[in-house]
Amino acid sequence: MRNNEQAQIPLIETRGLTKTFAATPALSEVDFTLYSGEVHALLGENGAGKSTLIKLLTGVHKRDAGVILLEGKEIEPRSPRHCQELGISAVYQEINLIPTLSVAENIFLGRQPMRRGLVDMKTANRKAYELLKAFDIDIDVTRDLSAYSIAIQQIVAIVRGVDLSAKVLILDEPTSSLDRHEVETLFSVIRSLKERGIGILLITHFLDQVYEISDRITVLRNGIKVGEHLTSELPRIQLISEMLGKALTEELAVQKSGISSNGLDREPFLRVHGFARRGMMQPFDLEVRKGEIVGLAGLLGSGRTEIAHLIFGIKHSEQGEAYVNGQAANLSSPQKAVQYGFGLCPEDRKEDGIIADLSVRANIILALQAKLGWFEHLTPKKQEQLAEEMISALRIVTTDMEKPVKELSGGNQQKVILARWLVSNPEFLILDEPTRGIDVGAHAEIINIVKRLAQEGKAMLVISSELPEIVDYSDRVMVLRDKQVIAELEGDQISEAMIMQTIAER
Amino acid sequence: MKSRAFPLLMTTLVFALLYLFCLTQYSSFASMRVVCNLLRNYAYLGIPAIGVTFVILSGGIDLSPGSVIAFTGVFCALMIERNGMHPLVVFAIILVIGTLFGATMGSIIHYFKIPAFIVTLAGLFLARGGAYVLTTDSISITHQFYVDVSNIVYVFPDGGRFTFAAGAFVIVLLVGIFLAHYTRFGRNVYAMGGNETGALLQGVPIGRTTITIYALSSFLATFAGIILSLSKRSGDSTIAMGAELDIIAGVVIGGTLLTGGVGYVVGTFIGILLPGVIHTYLTLDGSLTPWWIKIIIGVLLFGFIGMQMLLSSQFNPLKLIRIPRRAAA
Ligand SMILES: Nc1ncnc2c1ncn2[C@@H]1O[C@H](COP(=O)(O)OP(=O)(O)OP(=O)(O)O)[C@@H](O)[C@H]1O
Ligand SMILES: [Mg+2]
Repeated sequence: MRNNEQAQIPLIETRGLTKTFAATPALSEVDFTLYSGEVHALLGENGAGKSTLIKLLTGVHKRDAGVILLEGKEIEPRSPRHCQELGISAVYQEINLIPTLSVAENIFLGRQPMRRGLVDMKTANRKAYELLKAFDIDIDVTRDLSAYSIAIQQIVAIVRGVDLSAKVLILDEPTSSLDRHEVETLFSVIRSLKERGIGILLITHFLDQVYEISDRITVLRNGIKVGEHLTSELPRIQLISEMLGKALTEELAVQKSGISSNGLDREPFLRVHGFARRGMMQPFDLEVRKGEIVGLAGLLGSGRTEIAHLIFGIKHSEQGEAYVNGQAANLSSPQKAVQYGFGLCPEDRKEDGIIADLSVRANIILALQAKLGWFEHLTPKKQEQLAEEMISALRIVTTDMEKPVKELSGGNQQKVILARWLVSNPEFLILDEPTRGIDVGAHAEIINIVKRLAQEGKAMLVISSELPEIVDYSDRVMVLRDKQVIAELEGDQISEAMIMQTIAER
Repeated sequence: MKSRAFPLLMTTLVFALLYLFCLTQYSSFASMRVVCNLLRNYAYLGIPAIGVTFVILSGGIDLSPGSVIAFTGVFCALMIERNGMHPLVVFAIILVIGTLFGATMGSIIHYFKIPAFIVTLAGLFLARGGAYVLTTDSISITHQFYVDVSNIVYVFPDGGRFTFAAGAFVIVLLVGIFLAHYTRFGRNVYAMGGNETGALLQGVPIGRTTITIYALSSFLATFAGIILSLSKRSGDSTIAMGAELDIIAGVVIGGTLLTGGVGYVVGTFIGILLPGVIHTYLTLDGSLTPWWIKIIIGVLLFGFIGMQMLLSSQFNPLKLIRIPRRAAA
């Protein structure tokens, strides 16, 4: 169906694009083409070089070799601004807006509407409101961006990129923090942009979405282009094996869990009764036993993260009581929670977790060291061993464990934070979206680790937007809607259909 | 309410309460005399403070204004008295020099990635040293132009004298507010302070903006030096010693976050005048030496910094409350 387009001049073409960071080759001789009116998915494992490719296209990094052509003419991307002027705009993987400016100001930064030589915020506010409204988002655009959830910030970034009315729109993992409905709105916008002849380069780890929206696929592995296909002609199995570089059979074979069935009669490790906080969460009860995985399902903003925060003492509950091992417990601060053996791997790991300048090893050891206290020494050998284990278990792509975390790719940074909480070995572990932004290979691995931890007797509370995943590992699922626990599913009741139906019914 | 307006609100409230208290003690606080004196006496701090507000909003710092003021005064005195140049010509020259000085600091900060603290500290020494090298004497300026300018004054019915300096302060304030809120440059400054990488990726011209910010700051410091030279009718290389610290204190008390991105120009106006009000009160009262003012400013700074800490915890990305969206599904 794209045959006629093969003849036309590509919107963007790169030949022999190469980039090396220090000694690490991030991209080697990549030839890539993007036609107008197509959605082109760029796929590959964490660290494959996807973000690097787009940063070369948008002038964030300077390429070492190769040429970039825009509509057949060679261009020399100097800076993101320069590229915006050329018609290439990007929404980067790390949301890169200004938290202290209003939503409208973020959308119009650097290109505010002017009236008689003055910045016209009234018009900017009105336009911003309308743009977001088109995405079904109805918010006060004069408030600080930081007042809104990550999903909304993400959409604001996309709206900004789209409104730059670019020829080329690059989206680096735009959907990783969006819920189903938001993804659909985004896709409908992408489709209409496509009709306008804009070329869209999309990076995502959700293969379903790739097949739903993209026309062509380019696969990168270790900085090398390993394939370019029409989406309609590429079977999923082949795609995955291209990404991983091996046949995937054992790769994706998630162990089927045999966890369940351990006695529900046992005293729960944690019992929470009537926890609530005004404006944040309606009263809820929660029990987690050792060896049990409790899943929290619900739309974004339904109160899943809030539950995690109340239990971990980040915000303390205004009412209700909690018992750990049958004893009344005071969960008023994270320090106390940690003393009870709790661990929390937060949702926004990039913002909350990473210490960018420290090495991978130091980042992994951090929580464990904090738990032991600063006087208990972890021998370098032990540290290395733990780091080594995690790097291989989670397939963290790094040249060595002493590399600063900031030099890792986005997905690999997330794995490091996850590793940190895994090694600290808590009795009760709360994981908020543990697989977000993580590639297929490691995805399966993380799910296996979650299950293994439960088998080892840990109590687990896992928040995830991915229903198949929740259904797979949960012994019980609490379903949330509008800051309220609306149902608790057990055993056979746990299915994707059931969860969706529960969320949907009024 | 927007949380970023909170510090400004607090400052305004403190200022209003303080002023009311002074009013109950001394009715003269209701007169234009006190108001005009405040504006006149604090113009030389307030004008550069507007520039420093931009610097701090962008996430930087400028330690050089006090020295630049002194250098300007000495330069003007020398050129006018010893070289017999017309003051207006001298002003034009020194404004160009000052602006280039700031632009150079801005360029070094941007291109060599040296912390602003270090670069402007060097600027402080350079300008002060330059002033001393020009002369260590205090030189009076007797040019007729200076006499004429000091006669430009609006006298209120109650005897309050709205001088040239006061007028300049008010005009710079208005221009500052305009720059901050109604120009792209101003919005870029806020964006840079909020998230520099983000601003860069969104296409804000970081280099140009940085250079302009420091050029503006030094331009205003030079301008303040001219104003001070006009009101003192002399040039003195030891003048405005430590003024940079009063300026920074005023900006912070005025509600600008030291981390950048949040603040208002008008807050700086209040933050600079606040010590002035206390000073006036202590002078009228007479039982405490005016040096108490330093202690009071210290306490105020602690208070405001503490409040900023509390506030910035609201900017913590670990946001706990999500805004419920209308279920459109
Ligand atoms: N600034 C940098 N300094 C050093 N190395 C870097 C830098 N940025 C990226 N790299 C390295 O380049 C390689 C490719 O990274 P890139 O960010 O392009 O991966 P990615 O495909 O986007 O992965 P992900 O799916 O995790 O986002 C990685 O090995 C990474 O460690
Ligand atoms: Mg990436």
